[in-house]
This record gives sequence, C-alpha cells and structure tokens, in this order.
Amino acid sequence: MIGYSGAGKSTLVRLINALERPTSGTVLVGDDELTALPERRVRAVRREIGMIFQQFNLFSSRTVAGNVAYPLKLAGVGQPERDRKVAQLLDFVGLLEKAHAHPEQLSGGQKQRVGIARALATDPKLLLADEATSALDPETTADVLALLKRVNRELGVTIVVITHEMEAIRSIADRVAVMDAGRIVELGDVYDVFAHPSTPTVARFVATVLHDRPSPETVQRLRAAHPGRLVTIAVLDQKGFTGLLSRVFAEHGVENQIVFGGISELQERTIGALTYELTGEPARIDAALAALAAQGIAHDEEAAA
Amino acid sequence: MNDFLNDLPLFVQSIGETLLTVLISLVVSGALGLVLGVVLYVTRRDGLLQNRAVNIIVNVLVNIVRPIPFVIFVIAIFPLTVAVLGTYIGVPGAIFAISLSAAFAVARIVEQNLVAVDPGVIEAARAMGASPLRIIVTVLIPEGLGPLILGFTFVYVGLIDMSAQAGVIGGGGLGSFALSYGLQRYNYTIIYITVAVIIVIVQLGQFFGNWLARKALRR
Repeated sequence: MIGYSGAGKSTLVRLINALERPTSGTVLVGDDELTALPERRVRAVRREIGMIFQQFNLFSSRTVAGNVAYPLKLAGVGQPERDRKVAQLLDFVGLLEKAHAHPEQLSGGQKQRVGIARALATDPKLLLADEATSALDPETTADVLALLKRVNRELGVTIVVITHEMEAIRSIADRVAVMDAGRIVELGDVYDVFAHPSTPTVARFVATVLHDRPSPETVQRLRAAHPGRLVTIAVLDQKGFTGLLSRVFAEHGVENQIVFGGISELQERTIGALTYELTGEPARIDAALAALAAQGIAHDEEAAA
Repeated sequence: MNDFLNDLPLFVQSIGETLLTVLISLVVSGALGLVLGVVLYVTRRDGLLQNRAVNIIVNVLVNIVRPIPFVIFVIAIFPLTVAVLGTYIGVPGAIFAISLSAAFAVARIVEQNLVAVDPGVIEAARAMGASPLRIIVTVLIPEGLGPLILGFTFVYVGLIDMSAQAGVIGGGGLGSFALSYGLQRYNYTIIYITVAVIIVIVQLGQFFGNWLARKALRR
C-alpha cells in the first residue's frame, strides 16, 4: 500500500488487526469477520497476525530474546519450546549472537530484524509492515526488504507493506494499492500499475523510481538543443522492442535520435520509456506514429515550447 | 552535649520510629499510588481502558486531596484515623495519615511517568493480542520502571518531611524529638544533630534510588 503521509495507509492497516475499528463496513481476515467479534476474540485473531513498525517498538525493558519470546508467552508456549523457537527465529534473521543484547545496543536495521523475528514468533499467516523501512538508510532498507522477501517466499507469509517509498513496492510487492485522501485510487498488479498509471498521483509515484520520463524543465532544456518533434514512447516488455521502433522510423524515412529515457526491470519484466527527437516531413512522422499505434505502441508528444 | 548523651537512647528510638514510619508509608502509599496512577493513565482518552467517568472521579479526588497542607490533612482525618486504628497518637497514626496523603501524590507522579512511556510499545503489545491487564503488568510498568523509581525516591524524601510534621502533632519520631528535647529546652545542639541525621537519611535514600533507577535504565 502506497500513498503520501495522511493518505490513510496506517489507518487502513490498523483496521486489518482491529487496532482501530471502522465506523461502518466490515473487515474480513481469512474466515474471521473482525468487525463482528468482541474484543476478547479479536485478541485471539491478533495473535495470528504479525506486525512491525517504523520505530520498531521493541520493549526496551527486555533483551532481544525476551522481545521475541513475548508473543510466545502470550500464546502460552512453555519455556523449552519457547527457547527453541526464539533461537530458530533469531537464526533466521541473522541475530542469534545478539540474543542477550538489549535493543538500545542494536543498529536500526538490527532492531527491525528483531521486530520481524518477534512478529513471526507465533507463525502468523499475515504480516503487517507499517513503514517498516522508513526510518532506515537506503542500504539497510535493502537488507530489510530482502529479509521480508525471504519471509514471503520461504515461510509463505502474506505481507501487507505500508510505505511512501515506491522503491519498496518495486523491490518486493506483487500487488499494489495506491492511496490518496483516504481512498484507494488504484489497485492491481505492480507491473500493470507502473506501466499504465491511471491517475496523476500514481504517475507521480511511478516517476519517483523510474525516472524514465522527462520533467517539464527537462523538456524545456531538450527543446533548446533539439529542434525536432519530441515524442515519448513507453517501452513494452517484448523482445527487440527498440529495434522495432528504429525499423518503423526508417521505413517512413524519419530520422530519429534518443534524447532521454530509462529502461529497467520490474518483476523480471522490462519497463521504462524513451524520448525520441524525430526530424523529417511532418506527414511522414505522423504516418510513422500511426503505424506504431496500429501495433499497440502508444506515444506522448511533449508539448511545444 | 551532656543533655544529648542522656537523651541518646530516646534519640536512637526516634530514628527508628522515623525510619519505620517512612518505609512503611513508602510501601503502602507506593502500592496505593501505583494503582491510582495506573488507573489515571489507562482511563485517559485513547487509553488502554478509556473510561471518562472513572478518570474524572479519580482526577477530582486527587485534586481535592493534593492541595491540602499536610499538617491540616493529618488533623482533618483524625476521626478517620481513630475509626480505623482506635487512636491517632503514635507511629501507626502517622503511617496511616502519611500513606493516605502520599498515595495521591504518588498517583500523579506515576501517571506523569507512564505518559512518557513510548505509546509504540503499547501498540505493539496490543497488536500481539495482549490483554490490557497483561500490558499494564508486563509492558507498561517495566517500560516505565526507571523513571518510576526516581519518582518513588522523590516521594521518599517528601515522606521524611511529612513524618517530621506528623511527629510534631503526636506521631513520634525525629520530629517530635527535635521539638520536645531541642526547641522546648532551647537546645540547638539537639536540633542540629537531628537535622544532620535527617540529611544522612535523605542522602542514603536518594543514592539508593538513583542506583536502582540506573540499573533499571541500564545507563
């Protein structure tokens, strides 16, 4: 789930484990209708849902092992089994040697890994990650995201990631919901949403990670150096795509030059956009663009200065 | 000085009475105040057990008792003390009055320290499915323990002050000793010795409290 601060992401995620109750509507988690359950029953459901936080929220009065053991104590797991499970979880997140350290002795990334171990203690099917990497530096963020990906792939835990960083979505999400002013404005497969953003909010988020389309300022600078028509074409995930473009332009006698753009990979598929300067007779350029459109290749012409 | 040597056994007994009064009052008012303080904290708006009515009642109660000067409070509750203990004279009467009065001060100190506990860790415990009572006992109090100990130490110093005041109106201890054998005999040596002993008692308590709080905070 992505959105700017105040978009309602944290509220939405807190509805999932009933830390907040909706004024209307129902919340379903698996087969449980949380909104129909009394507080006592909701607590039982919460034990099946892990949660990690931006500020980690570790118990400073307990050791690393004590933090991870806490949810197991709540679940009534006996000491031998608890010790075994804590060791296994700390090993999974790579912090076994820190078991007897206190939270304040850990770095941010280590704290979050303890948070993840603690959230996984009761073998939840669902893990809620509320801005889990927003307080971390880029390198640590990548480590924590990689760990979350392992949690998802190796342990089969569904993760709801709340973030305002598109990079986090790009690196670990399969599906994305874009939130704006308390509403979900777009929901779908990450590749589709990135490739075809439907609202300006979504497009702005996509632009923060892809950097593949020129900003208005960039267009102005480009225009000063390039007198021809400037056309931006979304790169589709198909073999020989750029070669195809060059061939079509050549067939129509249109000179072309790439002046801006970026191509990267998303979910093992190609994504990006290229800005061409096209020079030649206007009619031929139009014909070339029409030919591309006929093959399902759309373009955006950068407005004239 | 000769006078003082004659009074030495009584002086030692007075020290014992003061320590007994202060320590028992600390335990009783500490326990009572902890409960009241936790109630104040958890019944706040958006608290673990949000309850406006209870919060207002306890708040008003605390606000009524707290501004009453202690000397007047002791006298005002004489009937209650007599009803409970049969007498208001002596160490038990002093302990009763001090514990009751201090409990309300402790309640505020506890509330203030709990407010400073990171709400994030409480939310984390809620998200794990912990019940409110469990959160209070296993998260809230342990997380606030360092400042709570310092708060109790602060109260301890106040209790010595209160025990001396109670002593003056029949409670025994160093307060009544300084009054009867110092002031009424114009023997300032005795008053100064008493003051010195009280300073030592305060210092020892403060050092112990600081040491305990440092251990709880690990710094």
